Amino acid sequence: MKKSMLALSVITVASLLSLAGCGNSTSSAPEGKVINIECWNNEFQQRFEAFYPDFDKTVTEGGTSYDLLKDGTRVNFLITANDNNGYQTKLDADLKAQGDAAADDKVDMFLIEADYATKYTASSYSLDVKADVGLSDSDVSNMYQYTKDICTVDGKLKAVSWQATPGLYAYRRDLAKEVLGSDDPVTVQAALSDWDKFNAVAAQAKAKGVFMLSGYDDAYRVYSNNMAKPWVDSNKVVHLDDQIKSWIKATKDYTDKKYNDGTSLWDAQWQKNQGPKGDKVFGYFYSTWGINFTLAGNADPDKLGNVSDVTKSLYGDYAVCQGPASWYWGGSWLCGAKGSDNIGKVKDIMQKMTCNQEIADKITRKTQDYTNNIPAMNAIAADKTYGSDFLGGQNHIALFKESAAKIDMKNACAYDQGCNEQMQGAMKDFFNGTTATLADAIAAFKTKLNAKYTGLTYDSSFDNVTL
Amino acid sequence: MKLDKNGKIIPGHVHYAKWGYIFLIPFMVAFLLFSFIPLFQTLHYSWYTYYEDQLDTVGPTWAGFSNYVYLFQQSTPRTFYFFGIRLGTMTISDLGYYTLNTMLIWVMGFIPQIIVSLLLAVLFTDVRLKLRFQGFFKTVYYMPNLIMAAAFGMLFQMIFARSGPVSSVLLSWGWISEPLEVSSSTWQTRLIISFLDFVMWFGNTTLLLMAGVMGIDQSIFESATLDGASSITVFRKITMPLLKPIFVYVFITSMIGGIQLFDVAQIFTSTSGGPQSSAYTLMMYLYSLIADKKNYGQAGALSMLMFLVTAVLSFTVYKTMHPKYNAEKDTIKCRKRRWKEYAGCPDTIAEMALARPTGPVSHEEEGR
Repeated sequence: MKKSMLALSVITVASLLSLAGCGNSTSSAPEGKVINIECWNNEFQQRFEAFYPDFDKTVTEGGTSYDLLKDGTRVNFLITANDNNGYQTKLDADLKAQGDAAADDKVDMFLIEADYATKYTASSYSLDVKADVGLSDSDVSNMYQYTKDICTVDGKLKAVSWQATPGLYAYRRDLAKEVLGSDDPVTVQAALSDWDKFNAVAAQAKAKGVFMLSGYDDAYRVYSNNMAKPWVDSNKVVHLDDQIKSWIKATKDYTDKKYNDGTSLWDAQWQKNQGPKGDKVFGYFYSTWGINFTLAGNADPDKLGNVSDVTKSLYGDYAVCQGPASWYWGGSWLCGAKGSDNIGKVKDIMQKMTCNQEIADKITRKTQDYTNNIPAMNAIAADKTYGSDFLGGQNHIALFKESAAKIDMKNACAYDQGCNEQMQGAMKDFFNGTTATLADAIAAFKTKLNAKYTGLTYDSSFDNVTL
Repeated sequence: MKLDKNGKIIPGHVHYAKWGYIFLIPFMVAFLLFSFIPLFQTLHYSWYTYYEDQLDTVGPTWAGFSNYVYLFQQSTPRTFYFFGIRLGTMTISDLGYYTLNTMLIWVMGFIPQIIVSLLLAVLFTDVRLKLRFQGFFKTVYYMPNLIMAAAFGMLFQMIFARSGPVSSVLLSWGWISEPLEVSSSTWQTRLIISFLDFVMWFGNTTLLLMAGVMGIDQSIFESATLDGASSITVFRKITMPLLKPIFVYVFITSMIGGIQLFDVAQIFTSTSGGPQSSAYTLMMYLYSLIADKKNYGQAGALSMLMFLVTAVLSFTVYKTMHPKYNAEKDTIKCRKRRWKEYAGCPDTIAEMALARPTGPVSHEEEGR
């Protein structure tokens, strides 16, 4: 009797203790001292170091550097380049090893891009931003709805972004004056407001020795991100959208007429053309990050700033207009990683970097990025004193604001990156004439895609494609 | 080690053989763990459906030879070119096309490589030439091999870029009217990769062949010269036959390296495989199956096919270039010939030397 009483009391105490333990772990579990954030470039790191209020300093120790927060927590940015799927390969391996990793090696946060966001948001490796991380509905209420929609799976919000990515057409002011006689964004927009007008200006530019676009893929996103259906449906059937066919037709036409300079997205010549030493290209389709992160860097490779000589630096010599169609491109989202031992910090970083109106305002004013905070963006758009130095004083936020409201990412799917890259690769051979016919190029696209994914089939939209 | 009744070592019976086995252990362990077991694991998985679908793992489930069948079934229409001239379009199996790419690139790199290396090896080892600064040249020729292949690929990508140095020099000389566009020419892409392969490996091959030539007894060269053989005859009748074992080794290792061509092509074409996948090698296909597709079954099947092809090719090359020497038959043949022509035949001397480590034809035989 005594023994059983003892046993019973031990069990009761133990279960009470374990319950108490449970309660503790959700409210005030001890936070780890190391936060690991995986990403593919240093864009978010730069934002974090410049705008996260608790950021203290960057420490460099024996060749590696890391960030310290004011409370001494160490933040590691684990950067793996995107090329050839490198980032996803590394991230997948780390997420799968999360269970066995030591607390300080666990991934706490990772970044995802629009082209493969659903791969991670649909998985259990990303935390529910509200239920698991602890953001409230009011925290995310000022975000653009599309940035939440693309990352909502079964009613759960799985990732949040600090930016919205409407696309514009960035053109060179000096060339606009040469071709159209004016560099005023309103006049230029009037001349480029639909594809027919855009093509007419391309012909005018050609006459002046100016390429309308740099390469084959420049207008790709303007078409592809307006597709009527996703690339791959839930049964793993690939669909060739009419928008892609339109892109092929338009680009073949541009290539034959030499309206473009025959470069490929991200290649050396493409980047060079954006600067003072490349071939003359009228403009580029770019979204928010592309303008402040990529174009600004390429336009001024020697970091000279705003000089009057366009053969030295193009800083201050670009302007933006909405172009022939409304579109978007890319975007980065923050995910909390399942198994993180720093949930409190993850929540704070998400809250400060993506939900805080004051910080959003600061980011836009300092970096010209378009942040994911509707009131902050509306305020800057209406601010007469605001202007981008890089764009010669133009308030590009006002233009982005118009475009951002129209973004719809409902057709994003987990195969977008592969489909987009392989389509561009296969069609390059068709545009420059290496592959004899469009049908052959489309067959090559299927071959390339089959080398990336298992079990895809193709619907009838791929049959008998003609221009 | 043999012991007598009292447990003492019998003199002359100490066996050192066991040390041989002990020293082999580290290699054998590493070989078993990192080569032998993985080889069988690869074979094993090649019979299974086993891949990653986004973040989920599918399989492994038994699939028989379906992965092999899949690899052979894939085909794509390709337009073929011969140095820029369009030949026509043909639907060809992907596996066949990638093999063709791989072998073309290898052959176009190996032919100049073996010619240049042989020439250099013969020049460097010629006693009468007494070339100076040999050490310097050997180092310089070997140098490209020390540079990372990936770095080399990147360097050449920049050199041959549209606005790169080669293009601008050729333009300014008036040799070409349009800037170079390597990324739209199947032959330029393949040729540049072949050239890279040549530059990287000819130094290594030269050193190997030199070692082979220096291993030949100088007295054979001397006697041939005394008999009035010209340098070309010496090269054809003495150097080449006696160099054969090394030559076959160079041939086979280069071919295996050629089949495994990866990093230069991968970097030079920015992983795309170049225009119309013309520089897409078997290894790049394998890499895509394992790294992008994460299809361990198909990748395993391709690995096994490559293993088979490599083994068969190496065996064939070895057999055709290095036939088993039949001393008796050869001696009879030589005697017959000598009876007829009544003259010494230098190729026989060379072959004799190769077959009999004791040296050339003995005097007894000569006297008969």
